[in-house]
Amino acid sequence: MQTHVFDAVIVGAGGGGLMAALHASRAVSTAVISKLHPLRSHTGAAQGGVGAALGNLEEDRWEWHAYDTVKGSDFLADQDSVDILCRGAVEAVIELEHMGLPFDRTPDGRIAQRPFGGHTNNETHQPVRRACHAADRTGHMILQTLYQQCLKNRVTFFDEFQILDLVTVDREVRGVVAVEIVTGEVHVFHSKATLLATGGYGRVWQITSNAAALTGDGNAIVLRNGFPLQDMEFYQFHPTGIYGMGILITEGVRGEGGVLINGLGERFMPRYAPTIKDLASRDVVSRAIYLEIQAGRGIEGKDYVYLDVTPDTVNRYFKLDGKRNPDGTWRRITGADIESKLPDIADFTRTYLGVDPVRQPMPVQPTAHYAMGGIPTNVDGQVTVDEYATPVPGLYAVGECACVSVHGANRLGTNSLNDLLVFGRRAGAHMAIFCREASLQLLPADPAARVKARMDQLRSGKGTVRPAALREHLQRVMMQHVGVFRVEAGMQQAVREIHALRSQVDDIRLDDRGHRFNTDLLEAFQTQNLLDLAEVIAAGALARHESRGAHAREDFPNRDDRNWLVHTLAFRRPDGGTELRYKPVVIARYQPRERLY
Amino acid sequence: MNVQLGIQRFNPENDAKPYWQSFLITQVDPAERVLDLLKYVKAHVDGTLTFRHSCAHGVCGSDAMRINNLNRLACKTLVQALARPNTERVPIRVQPLLGLPVVKDLVVDMDPFYEHYRSIIPFLVNEQEAPGRERLQSPEERAIIDDGTKCILCACCTTSCPSFWANGRYVGPAAIVQAHRFIFDSRDTGAAERLAVLDRKTGVWRCRTVFNCTEACPRDIDVTRLIGEVKLAIAQGPRRAGRVR
Repeated sequence: MQTHVFDAVIVGAGGGGLMAALHASRAVSTAVISKLHPLRSHTGAAQGGVGAALGNLEEDRWEWHAYDTVKGSDFLADQDSVDILCRGAVEAVIELEHMGLPFDRTPDGRIAQRPFGGHTNNETHQPVRRACHAADRTGHMILQTLYQQCLKNRVTFFDEFQILDLVTVDREVRGVVAVEIVTGEVHVFHSKATLLATGGYGRVWQITSNAAALTGDGNAIVLRNGFPLQDMEFYQFHPTGIYGMGILITEGVRGEGGVLINGLGERFMPRYAPTIKDLASRDVVSRAIYLEIQAGRGIEGKDYVYLDVTPDTVNRYFKLDGKRNPDGTWRRITGADIESKLPDIADFTRTYLGVDPVRQPMPVQPTAHYAMGGIPTNVDGQVTVDEYATPVPGLYAVGECACVSVHGANRLGTNSLNDLLVFGRRAGAHMAIFCREASLQLLPADPAARVKARMDQLRSGKGTVRPAALREHLQRVMMQHVGVFRVEAGMQQAVREIHALRSQVDDIRLDDRGHRFNTDLLEAFQTQNLLDLAEVIAAGALARHESRGAHAREDFPNRDDRNWLVHTLAFRRPDGGTELRYKPVVIARYQPRERLY
Repeated sequence: MNVQLGIQRFNPENDAKPYWQSFLITQVDPAERVLDLLKYVKAHVDGTLTFRHSCAHGVCGSDAMRINNLNRLACKTLVQALARPNTERVPIRVQPLLGLPVVKDLVVDMDPFYEHYRSIIPFLVNEQEAPGRERLQSPEERAIIDDGTKCILCACCTTSCPSFWANGRYVGPAAIVQAHRFIFDSRDTGAAERLAVLDRKTGVWRCRTVFNCTEACPRDIDVTRLIGEVKLAIAQGPRRAGRVR
């Protein structure tokens, strides 16, 4: 077994991990370990833009961005964190530009911006151009730019190392245990500070925009170590996934003028969101699509609708909506605009559907997309462990795996990227200060013993269950019962089935019992992580007797601020059950009120 | 639709040399991806089958492999694209990328490829103090580097290049594409250093304009043209070459 010593160890090499690494490594020795090569991380799949009130195309203010974010969160976001996010986003986008990120440009050479769901001018209530973009591959460019800067700054990378556990002594974190995938060898990373940036867990659901890697490893490990997870019942379904596949079609399509159309040929969003229509926030649009389908108004009565960005349709609705350019001419798009502003989307729909978006509408359905909940942290990325937000010294989390909380019950589009930039930077800087003051604590004897025993048990299991069978069953159950709409009986059914699936984990049998690049073993480990997370997601959702943001209960259709304006903290009990506690929401400038779009 | 899926297998823990294994897969939807077939085999037939994959829609670059003798991403290759008329079973043969050591089955050791990427100084060089706001760049200046910024470093291009097969010290098309993206960036001041790296014996002059790279690129980057522009920049200086198009 190899042991490595660094001041700071970062797990995960998406945008959050790399931003933290960049800032920590300026002051202290820093290692990044990642189960994928960093350039394969899922930040690279983000498309439409990063939200920052630069005001390059029209008046905008970070305070408007903050209010939009709080309103989008259905008032569950912590407003102190949201202020830091929206003020910091402007600085972070400029920092990325200075690092070389190839943003699209306005005619006068500044960073180009487009409208996105829920982002408004707070005075006119009309959509505002706030999403800074590099075509429809903004996340790809962020990931590449941050990785380039990490190479420039000589950050140490351990690529294709899968985290297996934290090393803890009396609830203090002293590093992590990981397996080097290519050899199967277990390594211990001994550190003063550890940061988790392991991304989301969309693979809990059957239809998802998330990569295969998004199995919530960091969150499950935190939970199993006795720390809580926050607001896990709030999971975002993006309204426009490619039908049947879940591949994301950016909200930028609607930002450029695209509209949703039902089986009657009707643009239905004005009935649900009369002011900003198709650019309402994602929870609202996903529910609208489900309701249209339930009412038999899917395309040909099936479970999808059309997203139409053909110039004829878009230009017709621009006129009907009175959309003009700043110089008074009608807003218009052309086929060439679609090719230049949405090239990847055009490529996806041509490749996978044989649909040319310049001429035909795209069939879409909601797709499991983003975790608002996660590992609770303060605004410096320090993981907190209770209702009083008490931090654990030396443990940090940022990005989708974390919950600051800036997204509350529903995240606005473009706010995942600024989240990982702003809080990645803060966590990296805080780790550097922490590491300079802290001393390296001793490792326990054989820190990897528990993990090695678990891996050996999985590798040599003599049962009958294939891990993929467990995973696929779980994904169907969660899609059916803990999806866009939820109801008591269905969720109870889900809890029972998850429990039954969890009991089968000890009956897993692997085909691959070797050490070299054993993805059979890793998938079994990741399936267990998904099961552990599904359990707390369902438990939190079952207990929350209201509808708020992405958590929509048919049996409790209204928001209930008197009883439920609180964050959920879910703990794993030693006997395996879930204990729920609740934590107050930070309310500052904006008092909760009815949410209309 | 039925598919006869041949996969080149090799696990150095057990096997002396690579061998072919074949799976008959029935009731395949023509719109399925080759990746879907590989995942099906792994999940339900043989869990030892090993390949990299993640996003499954052509943006992460994990699942580059050789499919019916061409380099492609398994997640961007649909079965229907490989079907021939009047065949009962669509023959699909999958093997690891050429020119890189095989780790196991379809997984290759990408380190030599990443090494070449790192050699071309793959980050913005500009030591001038940055302004308070963004540096200005016109849409026309931005357009010059657009194609290269689409690169996902999947290695389809480099491992389809006969010059790379012949000599693995050649930096290869992907590294040149990444260099192009900075050499022609109006904000960058490191072009001379990069061009010096690419003017070596292991640099652009090993390119014989075979166009395999352009044909292999799953991002539709005009790789051969970008390499040509770098050659021109070495010969004439980056400013003049940048104005050529």
